[in-house]
Amino acid sequence: MNKKSSLMSRLAGAPYIVWAALFIIVPLCMVAYYAFTDTTGAFTFDNVSGIGKYADTFILSIWLGLLATVICLFVAYPLAYIMAAKGPEKQSTMTMLIMLPMWMNFLLRTYSWMTILEDNGLLTTAINSAINLINDTILANNALSFSLDPVHLINTRGAVVVGMVYNFLPYMILPIYTVMLKTDRSLIEAAQDLGGNKLAVFKNVTIPLTVPGIVSGFTMVFVPSVSTFYISQKLGGTGTILIGDIIETQFQTANNFNLGASLSFVLMILIFICLAVMNRFSDDDGGVII
Amino acid sequence: MIKRLSSVLLVILILFVCISPVAVATGEAKDYSHLKGTTLNVYNWGEYISDGQDGTLDVNKAFEEKYGIKVNYTNYESNENMYNKLKSGGANYDVIIPSDYMIAKLVDENMLAELDFSNIPNYKYILPKYKDLYYDPDNIYSVPYTVGMVGLIYNTTMVEGNPDSWSVLWDERYAGKILMFNNPRDAFGIAQCYLGQSVNTTDIAQWDEAIELLKKQNPLVASYVMDEVYNKMEHGDAALAPYYAGDFLTMYDINPDLAFVYPKEGVNFFVDAMCIPKTAENKEAAELYINFMLEEDVAVANANYVCYASPHELVLESDDYDLKGNEVLYPDESQMPKTQIFENLDYDTQQYMSMLWNELKIEGNSNLDAYVGLSVTLVLVVTYLIYKFIKKKKREAYY
Repeated sequence: MNKKSSLMSRLAGAPYIVWAALFIIVPLCMVAYYAFTDTTGAFTFDNVSGIGKYADTFILSIWLGLLATVICLFVAYPLAYIMAAKGPEKQSTMTMLIMLPMWMNFLLRTYSWMTILEDNGLLTTAINSAINLINDTILANNALSFSLDPVHLINTRGAVVVGMVYNFLPYMILPIYTVMLKTDRSLIEAAQDLGGNKLAVFKNVTIPLTVPGIVSGFTMVFVPSVSTFYISQKLGGTGTILIGDIIETQFQTANNFNLGASLSFVLMILIFICLAVMNRFSDDDGGVII
Repeated sequence: MIKRLSSVLLVILILFVCISPVAVATGEAKDYSHLKGTTLNVYNWGEYISDGQDGTLDVNKAFEEKYGIKVNYTNYESNENMYNKLKSGGANYDVIIPSDYMIAKLVDENMLAELDFSNIPNYKYILPKYKDLYYDPDNIYSVPYTVGMVGLIYNTTMVEGNPDSWSVLWDERYAGKILMFNNPRDAFGIAQCYLGQSVNTTDIAQWDEAIELLKKQNPLVASYVMDEVYNKMEHGDAALAPYYAGDFLTMYDINPDLAFVYPKEGVNFFVDAMCIPKTAENKEAAELYINFMLEEDVAVANANYVCYASPHELVLESDDYDLKGNEVLYPDESQMPKTQIFENLDYDTQQYMSMLWNELKIEGNSNLDAYVGLSVTLVLVVTYLIYKFIKKKKREAYY
């Protein structure tokens, strides 16, 4: 009986194992192969040792990715908290509203941010006309001797971070929300019974219990943010070239698969390190859903 | 005798008259019915075919209806993009439309199939000056589709005067309002024309000189773009952009404040031609497609839609051609700018160019914020972990 069920479970797992082998393990091996060979296929360390000059680009990518992730966390956590406390009908409406933009293509969404943030775009025009109004009022009243400069939004790092937050926010909200839903209400009630005020309950019970959600949300936002190229290309201009852009160029135009692969390889290792550090935040025994 | 000879001649003439239509007919009505139901993979630049928008001719649909061959039509953004797709072998294409230097490269690497011109009788309409070009001197691999030149597009409300030199792309007054090609060959081409170099130089020192110039321009450039240029120029979000002459006409339709000039230092002249890769699985249908593209009404529809200059004799004479004699596309001899054609660079030069292009891209990053931000984060993380560790030790001491 026992043996049979283990055979069954093995069979059930087979499709995924085949999938993982074909589309995860094999590509990873290919990345490693290209990273450590030159164009003739001979083994070399040159690709990996030569990426020192991209250190700045790596740092910038990690920084902007981290920034976007932290902003996502601060936006998503309260929202998930509020959502989890609502009635089931409202919850499904809100989940729906969060999922809705994800039904539209990612590239399209980023492209439309471009038209919003352009100098003659919707948002910039609105902000700048408001600024002009303020300037005129100041001038008319001779109240102060300064004027505000018009804003410029596109082709800045801020625009890139906005693009990341907008595109990846649902990936932060949903895992936190799911974990909050599963939180045992009786634990919170127990904390309240023991005389904890709202802040103490939140700090000592809610947050520790939702750490797994935070960690998995963090991963799901941080990883795509660090490696993105489309967002930075469309919204970042010349000052924000991320490591994803460089990798993309190697495959799309420069035809240098070896450099591209070694950059991907190093990026992967760096992301692993970041996530390992992140995992230190969760409780040592706490299971983390990624 | 004379009478007899003439009667013989008459018979021959009659015979000839009778036979020739048959001969022409068999030539034209070569039987292609066995291709019915097959699929043809066409790989072309974006916005580069009349697609039925606004009542224009839908070329692919017309082809499908005429021959019963299904057209699977996909786009690419740059020659290099197309090359990598082709090279990696993952995809299969029957018709591709690369530019001159890319054709030379593909021929060099033995990736193009020789065309069977008996399936492409309409090739006779291609003007002689677009035949025998350097990339295909014997006219065996390619059939020109469009020709064109790169020029400078500017917004007259944002740029002072009438620029006539590439130097305006280095003018600090337009900082943050300048767009530049997001592909190394075209971007270097401009710098090289401006410096008076050959765009096909293999002299490393000259490439270094060109990259210095591009690095100098980098802080002034808003972004490196390809097709995003339409949006940005049409809505006045940028003041200056080098781009292809034909695309200027498309933008000008939407934003009449735009103007166009061929800078005096010289520009790149290019030919985009239809080719068939060696790996094509439906070569005969591909030749049929190329021939179809050269039919007068199809060629006129494409020329009207794409707005690039046409190498097709009948198009240039057609009254249905909206851009007949357009001075941007067809400048007369006196207005004709200096031109240079891209040739295929040797491997080392290409690698060097890619390396310089990478350097240029990361040049613009000033990373003070990233360094400060990451260091602060690192300090916070370490502090927290130490705090947690101490707390844990203390707790353990209690129990």
